[in-house]
Amino acid sequence: MRWINRRPRRGAEMLLLCLPFAALVAAYLIGSAIRLDANPADKLLPSPAQLWAGIQRIALMPDPRTGEWLLWSDTAASLMRLAAGLGIATVIALLLGMAVGLLPYLRASLGAFVAFLSMVPPLALLPILFITLGLGEAAKICLIVIGVAPIMTRDLALRVHEIPREMIVKAETLSASTWLIALRVVLPQVLPRLLTSLRLQLGPAFLFLIAAEAISADAGLGYRIFLVRRYLAMDVIFPYVAWITLLAVLADIAIDRLRSRVFPWSDLERGA
Amino acid sequence: MSAISVENVWKEYGDQVVLENLSLQIADRAFVALVGPSGCGKTTFLRMILGQERPTRGRILLDGQPLPPEPGPDRGVVYQRYSVFPHLTVGGNVMLGPELRGARLTGRRFGAARRRLADEARAMIAAVGLAGSEDKYPAQLSGGMQQRLALAQALMMRPRVLLLDEPFGALDPGIRADIHQLMKRLWNEVPMTAVMVTHDLREAFTLATRVIALERLRDRPEERERYGARITRDISIWPPRVAGQRTSFDPPEGAEPPL
Repeated sequence: MRWINRRPRRGAEMLLLCLPFAALVAAYLIGSAIRLDANPADKLLPSPAQLWAGIQRIALMPDPRTGEWLLWSDTAASLMRLAAGLGIATVIALLLGMAVGLLPYLRASLGAFVAFLSMVPPLALLPILFITLGLGEAAKICLIVIGVAPIMTRDLALRVHEIPREMIVKAETLSASTWLIALRVVLPQVLPRLLTSLRLQLGPAFLFLIAAEAISADAGLGYRIFLVRRYLAMDVIFPYVAWITLLAVLADIAIDRLRSRVFPWSDLERGA
Repeated sequence: MSAISVENVWKEYGDQVVLENLSLQIADRAFVALVGPSGCGKTTFLRMILGQERPTRGRILLDGQPLPPEPGPDRGVVYQRYSVFPHLTVGGNVMLGPELRGARLTGRRFGAARRRLADEARAMIAAVGLAGSEDKYPAQLSGGMQQRLALAQALMMRPRVLLLDEPFGALDPGIRADIHQLMKRLWNEVPMTAVMVTHDLREAFTLATRVIALERLRDRPEERERYGARITRDISIWPPRVAGQRTSFDPPEGAEPPL
């Protein structure tokens, strides 16, 4: 049989799913063992016991100097920034994207402008943000918004524009005004796409968050990584990276669950 | 009285002439089938009556009044595809029109008004043969059922004119014959004028009171751009079909449709 027609069975599928993860862990353990064997004081690839000690120090006991539980206070600070940034970006994308996608006048004036804005490299704007907005939360949240809002807006405007003209005309023959078409025909059809777009922007949002925190912050996941980098504290950096990845994966799954729960028809359409 | 009156209508896209000097009177309650080869401008003509496009020259009157320049609730439409909204259930699709008309701000009805509307919608859904499917989404319906839904949705607005753009073109012959029966019944019962674009001559002669053929009379390559399609045939069906009456040639109600 051709390889394109061979499918794994359920058990084999689980095995194949776990395989790359197991390979990654094995590669780390082997590398770590080889390095520690050559030099027991090596800090680059700490052993599982050293990693566990690091995790205990940051997650399971308060910091002796500040009395804070570092991992949790860092997570709270970062997630607040991330939620604020993504929330603002989503609202902007929804309003602007629908308006640009639906109204020819706005498309004529703003369409190219949004495309232009989405090409500005956000990290190059970071110094400007720190200078104008100061070193507080506003600059970090603003960086996330600037980084993801233009792309989400463009994506949504394209999606609105892709809605078949027939459907819009049909709504007109059902006596809908521009406002009602936006509210009852276009909005519900693009909301699932907005959630998917949000999922795809989680990665960039984390990138901008960590970049901003690395430069100036007093708490946050990115801040901690770049702080302990000075001491080569890989036993903290590795768990933090894993934790950030886990948070992103969970957010991704949660948003997709939300989409198929709230918009059950969007799964049906995909299958059709 | 004439429902639709088309007066010296031309349609051009840039230099390309699509329709050339069409003049036509469509009687109230008529069922007109527009036939013709692909690309002869049938759908363009339908879109002009719909208000989705405007004639380059000439004018179209509906009950003596010039057509508004955009689509409105007096002209319903059923397309071959994309006629129903994928995010609404069958019930939601059928209720949408009256909801939009009744609630100009929220587009939704609540309480007693909604219950009344839901009853009305259920009756309409049953009339097109979709009873029991109220809570399904269009993606869960077959092609024929989706077109039944599109008809129900359009008829809830009680349009003066129902425009059909190859509505049954994508259906299997058996399903198509069933939906032809439905279409005939609806046209007999609902006080509306129907204009249908189709490439299926059998369908045109099965349903219509009048079959109009559009064709390019000058179709040599060098002529193609400067000469549009004209009306080349205008056939009234004999014996005449009159809305609300059956002719002796129609099969009795409920009989097997002729294939």
